[in-house]
Amino acid sequence: MMAVTQDKPRGAATMRVRPVGANALLLEVDDPPAWFTELWRLRAGGQLPAEDIVPGARTVLLDGLPDPGAAAELVRGLAPPAPTDPGGTASALEIPVAYDGEDLPAVAELWGTDTRGVVERLATTELRVAFCGFTPGWAYLSGLPPELAVPRLPTPRSRVPAGAVGLADAYAGIYPTASPGGWRLVGRADVSLFDPDRDPPALLTPGTRVRLPDRART
Amino acid sequence: MIEVVRSGLLTTVQDLGRPGYAHLGVARSGALDAPALIRANRLVGNPDGAAGLETTLTGITFRADVRTTVAVTGARSPVRVDSEPVPFGAAFGVASGSVVEVGSAESGVRAYVAFAGGVSVAPVLGSRSTDTLSGLGPPPLRPGFVLPLGRSSPDAPGPPAPGDADSSTEPAAGEAVIRLRFGPRHDWFSVTARDALLESPYTLSVKSNRVGARLSGTTLSRAVGGELPSEGLVLGAIQVPADGQPLVFLADHPTTGGYPVVGVVDAADLPLLAQARPGTTVRFASWT
Repeated sequence: MMAVTQDKPRGAATMRVRPVGANALLLEVDDPPAWFTELWRLRAGGQLPAEDIVPGARTVLLDGLPDPGAAAELVRGLAPPAPTDPGGTASALEIPVAYDGEDLPAVAELWGTDTRGVVERLATTELRVAFCGFTPGWAYLSGLPPELAVPRLPTPRSRVPAGAVGLADAYAGIYPTASPGGWRLVGRADVSLFDPDRDPPALLTPGTRVRLPDRART
Repeated sequence: MIEVVRSGLLTTVQDLGRPGYAHLGVARSGALDAPALIRANRLVGNPDGAAGLETTLTGITFRADVRTTVAVTGARSPVRVDSEPVPFGAAFGVASGSVVEVGSAESGVRAYVAFAGGVSVAPVLGSRSTDTLSGLGPPPLRPGFVLPLGRSSPDAPGPPAPGDADSSTEPAAGEAVIRLRFGPRHDWFSVTARDALLESPYTLSVKSNRVGARLSGTTLSRAVGGELPSEGLVLGAIQVPADGQPLVFLADHPTTGGYPVVGVVDAADLPLLAQARPGTTVRFASWT
């Protein structure tokens, strides 16, 4: 998916702009984290007076716009931002994981490999924060190929501990706090994902590149 | 300081919320009936965004440990200071040691209690609001909780704007008419479903809370099957989950979601939903 975006000549990507109520726009874009970064930059430069800029799986929401018409005109005139380079020079954030989750065997079966194969794959894949949601500090980490998508548990667990690393669809995620959850658990990380006294309060912000190395090997 | 004696069904500290963090999964929160909180703040000479208390149906009782000025707005409720009635929707003085009781609402759901100087608990990400979904901000009040008050501005209480004190956002005669704009995902629904949303009455469910006003009525059938990739949600979004029963997202709504949003409620009509009691008939009207 990344390669397709990169190969597209600038300006060729189509963006659909959908109005959302009286003060918001939903932009359907190819690379939401890259658009998020670009739109955030425009806002910081005073060109885009949005209160909130919220990436989704295939969209970016601009909320709290005083003049959505003007904002729509502005974004339609923008060239698609350069995709974030997966092999870029800046190093990815490393969050070591103890791969001992109770759903590892089930994931291995779904992936057609053994538990070592799952750990190897997860520990070596560079992920990226596609978008956030669910609870403060929760990041949907993309980068796994679509064929490794796994369904959520048919019945969510009533309590998943903070730091649990799970998989659902083709996303990985880490639970910031203990909560009910339906993701398939593959391991644990010892990391503070959200601290309101920190700036930014979330460790994993949209576009951040992440690696989940095997703690047993580091 | 004030000390909570009786906390009621659900009483939380609320101001105008913490927008600007939705990209990190942080809900905006803030008073569900924001105009009512603003009226209460103005009555006691506070800035609009000062933090007050939002009660739910059964009010609150508290003891003031300092001399202060208080106003109650929103859901019309009997107010007493040391058992003596005082007017609703107007500022009144409270002596140190007095007990203030906001009784059960006669109409509406959420009453707002403002104090000169505001409730000055520590702000979290720029707001003192309780987010009932994530737990950010102070926890819901319990008996025995002590809340600090800020210093009031010297000229408090300011004069209320004309008509402010009496204005109310409660739905009249058990029916609320809510204006909506279709989109962004109205095309995921059949024309029949979109017509039904405008033509058939819905009933506000008892399962409604600060996250959303849940409605029951005609099931909204989809024209497009499958799952919608998660996308950002706005305040007032009318989301239609798998069961086809719409819900309107209120201040503590999740920041992203994977069910299609058929339309968005006009922000000016959200206080009507905040003050509508379970069982209230809700009708939608198209608005452009």
